[in-house]
Amino acid sequence: MKDKLQQFIDAVDDRTGIPSGIQHFLNEEIPDSSGWHQVFGSVALFMILVQFFTGIMLAFNYAATPGDAYDSLRYILTEVTAGRLMRGLHHWGASMIIVIVVLHMLQVFIWGAYKKPREATWIVGVILLLLTLAYGLTGYLLAWDNRAYWGTVVTTQIGATVPLAGPYVSRLLASTGDIGVVTFARFYGMHVLLLPPISMLLIGLHVFLVRRHGVAPVPGDELKPKKKFYPEQVFKDTVAIFISFAILFTLAIMARVPLERMADPSDTTYIPRPEWYFLFLFQTLKMFNGPLEIVGTVVLPTLAILALLAAPFIDRGTMVRVRQRGLAIGLVALGAIGWGGLTAAAVRGTPPQSAAAMIDFSGPTQWMQLKPAELSGIHYYKEQNCGACHNVIPGGEAKAGPNLLNTGRRHDRDWMLLHFKAPQATSPGSAMSPVDLNTSQLNDLAAAMAALTPDNGDLISTTPPFAADGAALYQKNFCSACHMVNGVGGKLGPALNGLATRRTEAWTIEHFVNPQKMSPGTPMQVYKFNQKDMQDLVSYLFTLPEKTTGL
Amino acid sequence: MPDQTPTPHQCKPAEKEMPRRSFHLAVIYVCNALMGLALAVPTLAYLLVPARSRKKSAFVDAGDISQLTVGTPVEMSFQQSRIDGWRAVTEKRTAWVVKTADNNVVAYGPQCTHLGCAYHWDDPTKQFVCPCHASYFSIQGAVLTGPAPRPLDRYVTKIENNRLQVGPLKISEEAKG
Repeated sequence: MKDKLQQFIDAVDDRTGIPSGIQHFLNEEIPDSSGWHQVFGSVALFMILVQFFTGIMLAFNYAATPGDAYDSLRYILTEVTAGRLMRGLHHWGASMIIVIVVLHMLQVFIWGAYKKPREATWIVGVILLLLTLAYGLTGYLLAWDNRAYWGTVVTTQIGATVPLAGPYVSRLLASTGDIGVVTFARFYGMHVLLLPPISMLLIGLHVFLVRRHGVAPVPGDELKPKKKFYPEQVFKDTVAIFISFAILFTLAIMARVPLERMADPSDTTYIPRPEWYFLFLFQTLKMFNGPLEIVGTVVLPTLAILALLAAPFIDRGTMVRVRQRGLAIGLVALGAIGWGGLTAAAVRGTPPQSAAAMIDFSGPTQWMQLKPAELSGIHYYKEQNCGACHNVIPGGEAKAGPNLLNTGRRHDRDWMLLHFKAPQATSPGSAMSPVDLNTSQLNDLAAAMAALTPDNGDLISTTPPFAADGAALYQKNFCSACHMVNGVGGKLGPALNGLATRRTEAWTIEHFVNPQKMSPGTPMQVYKFNQKDMQDLVSYLFTLPEKTTGL
Repeated sequence: MPDQTPTPHQCKPAEKEMPRRSFHLAVIYVCNALMGLALAVPTLAYLLVPARSRKKSAFVDAGDISQLTVGTPVEMSFQQSRIDGWRAVTEKRTAWVVKTADNNVVAYGPQCTHLGCAYHWDDPTKQFVCPCHASYFSIQGAVLTGPAPRPLDRYVTKIENNRLQVGPLKISEEAKG
């Protein structure tokens, strides 16, 4: 058997040279000092392969045009089996590559491995770092949610401030006017067609150069006998890859990547924020205003890139020992502290996004289509702790009371109202106690129960508390008398669907407090709420869909 | 991985090296296998498990059937909405509607069960004829001759106030024998 296999391998080798090529690759001689600190390059290579793979998988269920892009991503997240995992791997993989690439560079720097004759390897590495950032920048837009859209608005406007080249950058990115279909196509094209082959070529060149010069030895190591790459170093690389992959996989499963509202160019309240690894730039920008802005947007980043590229030529000393290179190491440490400080300041300095803007569309959002009375009923369902005895999940655990998913089909509103007030009158022997609510509140509760079906068992659990609380306030103050929401209500005041596209939250709050000031002559009366109630009500109104669909 | 001859490390005794080497190899194989599985299983599920559908298709009105006569199929068209991936599309569908002798109404899907060509009713021979590969079906939908493997597919239907309500298309069972 063994001989047969060997014969086969030899035959293949005679014809292709592949087995002996692999052999040659694995038997590379590396310095005796090689070990755990050199695993990052292999880990980065592995991670980029995972990105290629998950990217292709996502593309199988993705439509690369705005609007459809959002809908198809939502489809991946909510309907495709393992779709959430694929997106999670791709999203967190992008972040992890940044971390690993930076660790890789730090290792190379601290060990002095970028010095002569390895300058070219270093420069190709710096270009690969920039490509990694370009992947992040172009991929950011592809979700086409508010976060993607507004983040890209800022990015492209920064590009436009480049002296002389600015207008051409804008035209290249098709971002001269608004971010639109052409911008999207350019970003998508770069992300999936331009960057992958370039990065593959450069990774190939990078690995070739590493092989050409050999893994950098440490001082005093040159004279020791060399060891082989396989299996000891491959073992260390594999363990590091495995740990990284385990972290990535855990993140993809545990850390939900939200999908925000579909990109809305009319949203004036959205606070754009870049990915965490660009936050330091975002913060740097804040320090330069007016004519100096270009220092933050162009001059400093360009200087930083040039400094990185030129590092092997500036730092020409042959010393590689850490202790003899105090200045170089000090500069890197300073850079790391500066980066950390700026990032922390950016995190602390960004005001929280509004509750309405934070809604996660990667989960069920059927609650948005509910009428105010139904949503208010969910508030009372939770307030009265109905879930202690009843289930609203198909096939949930047995509880004292029956599952309520079919209530709306079995009983009408009058039955439910009577049942709430006197449970034993409709259901003799029931252990339920009367529900202590007034008639209009009970009406809302009945409406919520009627809206439950076996198909929407997660309706109650996926309704955000602020929306149910806001709807209860909406009902309590009889807003429906004058306003229309999801097809229900009066016509004296304006319909409130799509309020988010017309007004800001601040305007709306002021309008409650002082209607005459905001809309002179309005018949609306003054409403004073405490801060939480005001926020719940306004957040609820700002999540109302622009168009109502029949679910 | 190519078969490797052990290469004893020059600095350490060979007998100590062998267990270390096989430990390294074992870890390499196990880690790679685990990662391969962790990617392969979700990928297969991602590609092969049908997407959870959001909505069950409801009945749609296909038109008045009071004028139908027994033994004369009529092609009726209606608008049916369907979930297409991330889109909800409404499209024109057709059905061959037949009134049977026992006053029932049957609606056949408009495609031949062989390779999906559109067939038509040939009144002189009282047969459904597929022009592509000459499959012939009786008015009951059964295969008379030709390559068609199974009878015509039927829509789930119901009748309300003399109007035909059409539901989803049900794939017919393979004819026995």
